Amino acid sequence: MEQFLQVLLSGLATGSIYALAAIGFTLVWQAAQTVNFAQGEFVMVPAFFVLVAMNMGMPFWLAMIIAMLVSVFLLGYLFKRAIVEPMQRQGHGNSLSLIIVTMALAILLKESVKEFYGAEAQPYPALMSSETWNIGGAIISVTDVLHLVISLGVVLLLTLFLDRTRTGRAMQATAQNPGVAEILGVDTNRMILYTFLINAALASLASFLITPVYLAKFSNGEYLGLIAFIAAIVGGFNQIRGALAGGLLIGVLDNMVATYLTAEYRAAIPLLLLIVVILFKPEGLLGTSEGRSV
Amino acid sequence: MKRNLFLLAGLIALFLLPIGQGNYFILILCSWLMFTIAAMGLNLTLGYAGQISLAQASFIGIGAYVTAIMTLAGIHWILAALASVIVCFVIGILIGFPALRVKGHFLAFVTLAFNQLVVLVARNEDWLTGGSYGKFNMPRPDFGFYHIRTNLDMYYMIVVIFVIFAVLMYGLIRSPWGRAFKALRENPIRAESLGVDTRRITLLAFAVGSASAGLAGAIMSPLVQFIEPNSFALLHSLKILLMVIVGGAGYFFGPMLGAAVVILLPEFLRFTEGYYLIIYSAMVIILMVFSPAGLMGIGEKILTKIRPNQQVRKDMEKGAQL
Repeated sequence: MEQFLQVLLSGLATGSIYALAAIGFTLVWQAAQTVNFAQGEFVMVPAFFVLVAMNMGMPFWLAMIIAMLVSVFLLGYLFKRAIVEPMQRQGHGNSLSLIIVTMALAILLKESVKEFYGAEAQPYPALMSSETWNIGGAIISVTDVLHLVISLGVVLLLTLFLDRTRTGRAMQATAQNPGVAEILGVDTNRMILYTFLINAALASLASFLITPVYLAKFSNGEYLGLIAFIAAIVGGFNQIRGALAGGLLIGVLDNMVATYLTAEYRAAIPLLLLIVVILFKPEGLLGTSEGRSV
Repeated sequence: MKRNLFLLAGLIALFLLPIGQGNYFILILCSWLMFTIAAMGLNLTLGYAGQISLAQASFIGIGAYVTAIMTLAGIHWILAALASVIVCFVIGILIGFPALRVKGHFLAFVTLAFNQLVVLVARNEDWLTGGSYGKFNMPRPDFGFYHIRTNLDMYYMIVVIFVIFAVLMYGLIRSPWGRAFKALRENPIRAESLGVDTRRITLLAFAVGSASAGLAGAIMSPLVQFIEPNSFALLHSLKILLMVIVGGAGYFFGPMLGAAVVILLPEFLRFTEGYYLIIYSAMVIILMVFSPAGLMGIGEKILTKIRPNQQVRKDMEKGAQL
């Protein structure tokens, strides 16, 4: 029982970090119909910005702020302005071309980190202490609890922002019906840009939280991106709470399988879940079905 | 007539290419043709039938493992290659089933998941695949009158296979099936209302595409004589996809050009060292932003500028945008 609780909690903690990446993915998909295959690399890269900043002598907290700003500029602003926007203006935004460009972007980011920083896994400072609490026999890791609190807090803030503020609602309107939003005086292009910036910020946060667990490695993105996408699909591609639920589910499932069933095939479980969900309930477990356009 | 001359010239070039070259360069040429076969298969699935697949490397893997296991057990390469192609054809049909339900990015991710699963199985099932150590020392084919020993022998065998494959592929694309593929890509609903069995055509597109990769795998086994799970990882599926896209999806010889850019060009750009993939992926992004029809698309644009009276086929133009 104690072990079960531990496994559950650490699964939820990892899952909440996956959820951050999945939510960003979902937001960008909703706002700009952009399936970002480089999402995993978007989570991998900010940790290296932190390392670079620290190598330049900055303290950890300042390095994180700088890394976050750089990521928001490069992976949010530039990604939108230099890649997505020109393609959508030419009318290729919805086609496979954009998917392929994000795949190429994924390779570009991965190889750049490998060549310019190093192919070895780099140690990465933990955000907080690795203390543990002993509650009724269960060893509770403080890091896990804090991960969960931070991620859920950010998701809550994001939901409040989207529901309660004027800008947030304008962003939702843009995602739901850009044409009407524009008529009502919403600067849709700006709202889409905001979504990209938020996505980059969420990805950097996920990066800061998850990298101490995995170590900073150029290939981290492959797994993380896949997990983020699976979480988004499983939860329901068009909803924030879907992505959150999907992330938590994958995190818990992954941990449970690794502990109780098989360590070799733990990576296969999310993949199988993805295939089953796409085949039998493509709108996701929490999602509402959207008409498929031809 | 002119077209035939070009083809003849190309064929002669294929035979002359390795003469006087070093062993290593011949190996590169071999892997170029091998990847071209896999990419031409994907071109059928993606460029002609409009179904994205990110599992092509895993099918090369399946083909390579089947061939390795059978030839190491003493079975002749021809039978092993045939078995590889059939196995991949059947699994390709299975992979086609998701495509009946989902399109675009969903399909991309289902096939991607499949690729990862194949790599996982190859890594974990030691008794069958040799695990992380892989399979090695696969014998090279012996045709009695022609025993393949050197890379050069291997190259000529691959050229012969490639030519037969290309002819068959061309025949398929020109056949009513080929037209049905294009109909599926352009407008699936209209295709269906015109009596095309879109279910069967979709599955067939996947099966033939996968079988081609199986053939490439069957060639890979005796060629490199060492295979391990990472040779078939996702990155390679992406590479093959980029070969198709860069060459120009929906152009028959596009994949040959695309594979050349991915496999041959790095050899000439040795001075770029590890930066090749960085430069390459940056160029793909720039290419896609400015010319989604790939290199063949640029070539065609230039040709129409020089000879404006030549009509660009509208279906090709459309297909290249996929």
